[in-house]
Amino acid sequence: MTRYLLIESRDPFENGDVESDFALARDLAGSEANVTVFLAQNGVLPARRRARASELDQLLTGRVRVMADEFSLRERAIASRDLRTSVAAAPLDVVLDALVAGDRVLWM
Amino acid sequence: MSEKKKLTICLMDAPFEQARTVTALRLVDLALRRGHDVTVFAYEGAVALSFAKQKKHANAVHGCGVEEEDHPLPREWIAGLFEVAAQGDAKLDWINCGLCVDERGVEEAVQGCRRGSPADFWGAATGSTNTLVVATR
Repeated sequence: MTRYLLIESRDPFENGDVESDFALARDLAGSEANVTVFLAQNGVLPARRRARASELDQLLTGRVRVMADEFSLRERAIASRDLRTSVAAAPLDVVLDALVAGDRVLWM
Repeated sequence: MSEKKKLTICLMDAPFEQARTVTALRLVDLALRRGHDVTVFAYEGAVALSFAKQKKHANAVHGCGVEEEDHPLPREWIAGLFEVAAQGDAKLDWINCGLCVDERGVEEAVQGCRRGSPADFWGAATGSTNTLVVATR
């Protein structure tokens, strides 16, 4: 199974492309790929439990794993307990591990 | 450490503009600390990341002088990456696109960087376990 890691570093309110990036992740997962979306920088903002982020909620209902960069969360004073249930805080090591493993890593 | 790998990362954003650069350099730092060899191909505005004449400045709004403000400079981060590589068993090959350098007049780069061309990027990518392109948006 092909493994993809998509890095999303933008907030959906900042750039409309995020919605289509998430749609790509859903489509890839729907084609039997193993897909992880790694949120970084302002990309972590929609992961907050109380954020209005229908695009991310759609993603979380599917087979896509979503992680949020711990460093970016700390920069923005977002605690792990304030994240949506299905979003896991994770170190940047996740991206390096994917690169080293030869996964398809795309910075959106 | 797991088995040593070669990774290639292409940067395109100019300095002082995008948080992507910081995240990408964090990734380079992590890879080097884990002993992997990294080639960075700096393209377009990213060739100025290593420009040796970047200067710190005061910040009147903050009421800080040069020392107190301690303005971060990408050239210092890059020099730090070379130090990390030298302290471990990793190699950092930082290639600045020569045409992009000439266009911007940023020939003076911090020690360790070299000139190259997109052909070097192709060569590095084909010889690497993986390649990540951090494109300008």
